[in-house]
Amino acid sequence: MAGAWMTFVWAFVVGGIICAIGQVIMDVSKLTPGHVMVILVVAGAILDGLGLYDPLIRFAGAGATVPITSFGNALVHGALAEAERHGLIGIITGIFEVTSAGVSAAIVFAFLASVFARPKG
Amino acid sequence: MAVQSKGRHVSYQQIVERHTPPRPIVRNTIRAFVVGGGVCVLGQAVQTLFVRFAGFSPQEASNPTVAVMILLSVIATAFGVYDKFAQWAGAGSAVPVTGFANTMASAAIEHRSEGWVPGVGGNMFKLAGPVIVYGVVAAFFVSLVRYAVMHL
Repeated sequence: MAGAWMTFVWAFVVGGIICAIGQVIMDVSKLTPGHVMVILVVAGAILDGLGLYDPLIRFAGAGATVPITSFGNALVHGALAEAERHGLIGIITGIFEVTSAGVSAAIVFAFLASVFARPKG
Repeated sequence: MAVQSKGRHVSYQQIVERHTPPRPIVRNTIRAFVVGGGVCVLGQAVQTLFVRFAGFSPQEASNPTVAVMILLSVIATAFGVYDKFAQWAGAGSAVPVTGFANTMASAAIEHRSEGWVPGVGGNMFKLAGPVIVYGVVAAFFVSLVRYAVMHL
């Protein structure tokens, strides 16, 4: 039981640190939030390529899967899983395999929002 | 002429820099840490619910969790809450996947007046597009290298 609660603590700490890194990059380099998100997504892909992102997910749960870095990680995961099954072509066919939930949910819900919501100020 | 102007000439950029107040980096970073951590704790709670009540394994549960976080973010965006929150929280709201969904929903809502196809369809990925483009390109090359290392 104590282990379950520690997951929440590590989710907070690790998720917070990833966001704090994003904020420091944004403030020090004066890059736009878009640049920072691109940097983090590429960083997530590279970390997974080095085999470092999975241990982070096991350790921090949603603290590692909710920040945008996990999108890069999931892209590499899908590509490699499919490449194991079908060879090199799997990298292309599998790249969106795991990220389908995020991308399709965002498209469908964003579309519905544009149907029902009015622009605010 | 060039030598003369060297001492006195101050570029517009330098003037701007002199008058721009310094960014409160420490305050911003603490805010980003607390808010980003809070968003992830909310995600962890959703994930725990999927594991407890919907029979997902902790690994499988992260995908539906991301979908729920996106739904919550889009609802908050539709009510105009997320953007106010984002102004305060900075990267704490931009870096989690909720920020990604927020850029898509707010672009779709904002450009609705330009029509369904060019407005909503054409602008939805205006801000989120770079993340997908560079994410996929990076993932392609990382996977290629990883595959080569493991199989060749």
